[in-house]
Amino acid sequence: MIDWSWVADHLGVLAFRVLQHLELTAIAVGAGFVISFGLAIWSVRRRAVYPPIAALAGILYTIPSLAMFAALISVTGFSVLTAEIPLILYTLVILIRNIVAGFDGVPAEVVEAARGMGYTSWGRLWRVELPLAVPLIIAGLRLASVSTIGLVTITGVISDSFGGLGYFILTGYHLQFATEIYVGAVPSILLAVAVDVAFVRLQARLTPWAATRGVAAG
Amino acid sequence: MGRDARRGGRLMVLLDALAAWFADPAHWAGPNGIPTRLLEHVALSGISMLIAGAIALPLGLWIGHTGRGATVAINAANLGRAIPSLALIGLAAPITAAFDPQLGFRVYPTLIAMIVLALPPILVNASAGVSEVDRDLVEAARGMGMRERQVLARVEIPIALPVILAGLRSAGVQIVATLTLGAIFGGGGLGNYLVLGIAQNDVGQVFGGVVLVAALALLVEGGFALLGRALTPVPLRAAEGGEHRGRALEGRAAG
Amino acid sequence: MFADPKVPSSAGRDATGMCAATVEFRHVSKSYDRRDGPAAVDDLTFTVPAGSVCVLVGPSGCGKTTSLKMVNRLIEPTGGQILVDGTDVAGEEVTALRRRIGYVIQQVGLFPHRTVGENVTTVPRLLGWSREQQRERAEELLGLVGLDPARYRDRYPAQLSGGERQRVGVARALAADPPLMLMDEPFAAVDPIVRERLQNEFLRIQAELAKTILFVTHDIDEAIKMGDLVAVMQAGGHLAQFAPPDEILARPASDFVARFVGADRGLKRLSLSRIGALPLHQAVTAVAGEPVGDARQRSLADPFPFLLLIDRAGRPLGWLPDRDVPADGIVDERLAIPASPLLERETTLKDALSMMIAADVQAGIVVDPAGRVLGLLTMEALGAAGRAGAAGRAGAGAALRRAERRPAAARPPAAAP
Repeated sequence: MIDWSWVADHLGVLAFRVLQHLELTAIAVGAGFVISFGLAIWSVRRRAVYPPIAALAGILYTIPSLAMFAALISVTGFSVLTAEIPLILYTLVILIRNIVAGFDGVPAEVVEAARGMGYTSWGRLWRVELPLAVPLIIAGLRLASVSTIGLVTITGVISDSFGGLGYFILTGYHLQFATEIYVGAVPSILLAVAVDVAFVRLQARLTPWAATRGVAAG
Repeated sequence: MGRDARRGGRLMVLLDALAAWFADPAHWAGPNGIPTRLLEHVALSGISMLIAGAIALPLGLWIGHTGRGATVAINAANLGRAIPSLALIGLAAPITAAFDPQLGFRVYPTLIAMIVLALPPILVNASAGVSEVDRDLVEAARGMGMRERQVLARVEIPIALPVILAGLRSAGVQIVATLTLGAIFGGGGLGNYLVLGIAQNDVGQVFGGVVLVAALALLVEGGFALLGRALTPVPLRAAEGGEHRGRALEGRAAG
Repeated sequence: MFADPKVPSSAGRDATGMCAATVEFRHVSKSYDRRDGPAAVDDLTFTVPAGSVCVLVGPSGCGKTTSLKMVNRLIEPTGGQILVDGTDVAGEEVTALRRRIGYVIQQVGLFPHRTVGENVTTVPRLLGWSREQQRERAEELLGLVGLDPARYRDRYPAQLSGGERQRVGVARALAADPPLMLMDEPFAAVDPIVRERLQNEFLRIQAELAKTILFVTHDIDEAIKMGDLVAVMQAGGHLAQFAPPDEILARPASDFVARFVGADRGLKRLSLSRIGALPLHQAVTAVAGEPVGDARQRSLADPFPFLLLIDRAGRPLGWLPDRDVPADGIVDERLAIPASPLLERETTLKDALSMMIAADVQAGIVVDPAGRVLGLLTMEALGAAGRAGAAGRAGAGAALRRAERRPAAARPPAAAP
């Protein structure tokens, strides 16, 4: 069922598409994180702005990706923006929600102790609240990255110059050539799972204090 | 100012095209007409939801009630979440096509992908919702002589209902939106307007499809919200909605 | 006013160097527009002298925590002034003010992402101490609160028990050697046994450091035990009474205070006083196994109806009723009733009463550290002491502190200008 010689002939293209996949994902998650972090900090410090921001991000999230790509073509043409803008917008709802939840989850007594000991409000935000928000922030990055890896496959619909591994899936389907479909589908799944696991590892490494819970000594 | 005017002009063109597309009676009839595509979309979404719900709801409730297999379930759900839908459709297509050359290449792969897409939110929210029910309440229910089935049906499920419904809502909205991908593979539904619109560079058709899908997604979202309100006992209503969804999302993320 | 916090007292090495500040509330008020906010405070005026423990006590909603938080300006008063060493806190830069005031809360609020050592040196780090100074200070303070630095320094808060966490919280508050400490129900979240131990250790540490401490609790027993001064507050943020514990118990200023301290305030008061220098009844004694001599005469002449048998070292053996004392011959030890509690000068009057009530002969035998009889504490003497509040006027805290204060602590304040 799998034409292995075809696979062997296309290893170079495969590597190119894997890199493209990662690149499109990294740009989207990176830009999405910068925007989300700014909006989340703003929301944490000025509570009133959070509901409208969350609502707007939530509405964007319900628009089907195919629809958003299609709609953007008429605005930004076949440029990389057409692929990246929706990818970035989709990360916002996940990231903003997790970052805000991370800050909200900082125990009230820890905040009070920090205030009482004379932290400035920015000092408290960076040195106390941000480190404690890290687990949920990483969890958000993890979700956003995995979902973006999935969405990158769909960018192939815009043009052959995007799509990462999705290119193989789409072309393979049109040619009704199973091998090519699998060359796109299997690595894209592996990529998503690998990134998922990498973030779990990263979180464990960044928050040693959370891992040691429950070893309390008398 | 000139640029603003140009943008405004472009938006007007877009709206005109959209209006023209909806106004054209040819788009309201035939196998590619709006009623047919809408019906296909609703039917395919409904079938996926029913199958996913039939699998994930009992399993999630059982896991939440017994606490058994929670880690396995959450890890499996995470894995399911990590699989790109397009990849899953691609994976399934050659296999289902081997059984049914017609629908096997066009409809079944999409259905399978939609079911897999819907399983994690339903499963995780059902099990998290039930397991988060105050253990004192469960113990009180057992102490009053309820059987396990009664504890689940009369105490745990009613209290966990907002969370369970949030999972169903999330799954429903995701299905309605993602089902559009099926059109790439010749399946039915509203995605056809998007795929054809892109191929034919028909702005009106693309935006018509966008509007229809978004409206359907909002309808599902709103419908579940109303259902949640109606089914949630009045005293528990304050806790319903965003907060639970948020927490469920964190739970999934942290799990 | 304060010692310069940039310079750790004696290079941050001197845990026993005393520096303390006077705290003065002048017509301090706090009112809220909303009903669900923290409790209000109404025209609070009192002064806490440097080096003493002032306990704010009252039912929930009386404004005691609000009052405390106005000192480090976590809450801003709507009227009046709070002066620390004569300077209005309202004029201070708020973060600088807080870094000079130790702050301990019920839930501790340790930073979960930092080790015990890093938690303790939070304020020194904010003040820009060197790493070396921070490290030394952490070691010293962990030792002070009874946690072995080698074992605890690199642990995370999640690995500690509740009592250990609260110790770290106290160490953290003491880190920059603040002249003033604010403690908001610091021991309320731990179980009674741990609480008792933490209280006693707190008193021991305070005996060494002699900080000025404002301490909030809802527990009148804790207030009486810990305070040199007690401010009883009532709903609406009124100060019902401000006085040393003994006076609160002896002369409650109002029905509210009387009810709040409880119907057993007489007993509570006894717990504040120790046998100490109470006049003891001279016991009529006879040495067991030796000729009785004129013991019978002496015993009958004495109003107390028992003769006390002692051994050759002067340690008590038991009672002999006057009429059973033989006129001559040898006093037989076996006739003695081996009852009555042995008391020491440090025993509180409450404990003495409790033991005496249970005994057959209702008198306490007061002995010296070697166990030799000093005299008898009679019920009459105890009653008189209860009426007069004789032995110690100050709280148990102060008494214990006096008893335990080390010579080192008697040095003049090291860093105060």
